[in-house]
Amino acid sequence: MTWIGNNLDVIGGHLLSHLWLSIVPTVLGFVLALPVGWICNRVPLVRGTVLSLASILYTIPSLAFFLILPSIIGTGFLDPLNIVIALTIFAVAVMARFATDGFASVSPQVLDAARASGYGRLGLALRVELPLAGPVLLAGLRVVSVSSVSLVSVGALIGVGNLGRLFTEGFQTENNAEIIAGIVLVVALALVLDALLVLGGRLVMPWSSGARRARGGAA
Amino acid sequence: MSVASETWDWLTDSANWEGPAGIPSRTLEHLQYTGMTIAIAAVIAIPLGFYIGHTGRFRGIAVASTGALRALPTLGVLTLVSLHSGIDLTAALVALVLLAIPSLLAGTYAGIEAVDPATVDAARSIGMTHWQVLWRVEVPLGLPILIGGFRTATLQVIATATIAAAVPGAGGLGVFLLSGLAVSDYPRVVGGSVVVIVLALVVDLLFAAVQRLSTRRRVSTPERV
Repeated sequence: MTWIGNNLDVIGGHLLSHLWLSIVPTVLGFVLALPVGWICNRVPLVRGTVLSLASILYTIPSLAFFLILPSIIGTGFLDPLNIVIALTIFAVAVMARFATDGFASVSPQVLDAARASGYGRLGLALRVELPLAGPVLLAGLRVVSVSSVSLVSVGALIGVGNLGRLFTEGFQTENNAEIIAGIVLVVALALVLDALLVLGGRLVMPWSSGARRARGGAA
Repeated sequence: MSVASETWDWLTDSANWEGPAGIPSRTLEHLQYTGMTIAIAAVIAIPLGFYIGHTGRFRGIAVASTGALRALPTLGVLTLVSLHSGIDLTAALVALVLLAIPSLLAGTYAGIEAVDPATVDAARSIGMTHWQVLWRVEVPLGLPILIGGFRTATLQVIATATIAAAVPGAGGLGVFLLSGLAVSDYPRVVGGSVVVIVLALVVDLLFAAVQRLSTRRRVSTPERV
């Protein structure tokens, strides 16, 4: 316990870099996956190829991915950029499937109605399909956010500063408090981000929780 | 791209394919840890999943606790347990079992829940007991999703077992990655990574085949009846 009190600044620094290393790939992955999912939903041939590729990419063990990237893109072995890129690719791989399902969940009648009322291609995609796919997209975003937070800590094994450092250092110095502090903070970070996503979802899509309840009642 | 060619040399060097520290024995160790982990996790998660899926009880608790378990950092659990367990596999197994349980549990109850309630009602109305409904109706029909849970859990464990080498007592393919990194032997690091990636892809392919078989059997059942 005294260790925690004496090292608040170190812990804070690790927490900040952990936050940054998990949020950037989550947001990037989300934004990149939207057009991919939209196209997958429209073109079956693309869907088959992209979703198989996504599932192959997601199968790659994270530590191996962190370590193999430098020889592909020419970064240094201990560069935090490897983690950001690897986690972004994982995020796209997961989100592409959710985005495809999300866009597929929009009813064709609604699309026809929107077209009939004069929406153009872009307006349809951004103002009708995107919001209606929202609940499924949010579900994917929550999966990506939790897994990113937990995968970032693996980066400590290749020397990247984040909460995972509390595990490797705590292990070397046989300091239980340090490891436990790390576990608690990683879990708390994941849960707080998840709660923020749920809250954000309610704010952006005030209709969604009610809609889900109505659908559940009908089934 | 000298690392690439040196990695090729490392992978094709026959010395790396022999003995207890060679690629085949490390791969075998890796698969052994994965098998032990999945077996232990299955003994815990499958009966629980059957119970939750069949009765619908404790579902809220299961969803919330699997969510929290998923957030648990495996490296943290591994190092913490290792400080207390000494030099053996305990730490690796505890950390990996905790990792495997959420996917297995979710796959099991989701598989049981996905069975059409009308089918379950029909089975009850012809006089099947709870056990018969579970074993003859819910499990066979939920099998593809159940196997999906096994697939996710197994791949997570194969991927994460590479970090087990961060504590003493565990071998596996992670040894190449972490020991190579410690002495800046990058061909070994990249070569080991390639082997883990290939292993994961092969296992995933096997699961895909099994899953397809189980789906096909399910679809053809009504024709046989």
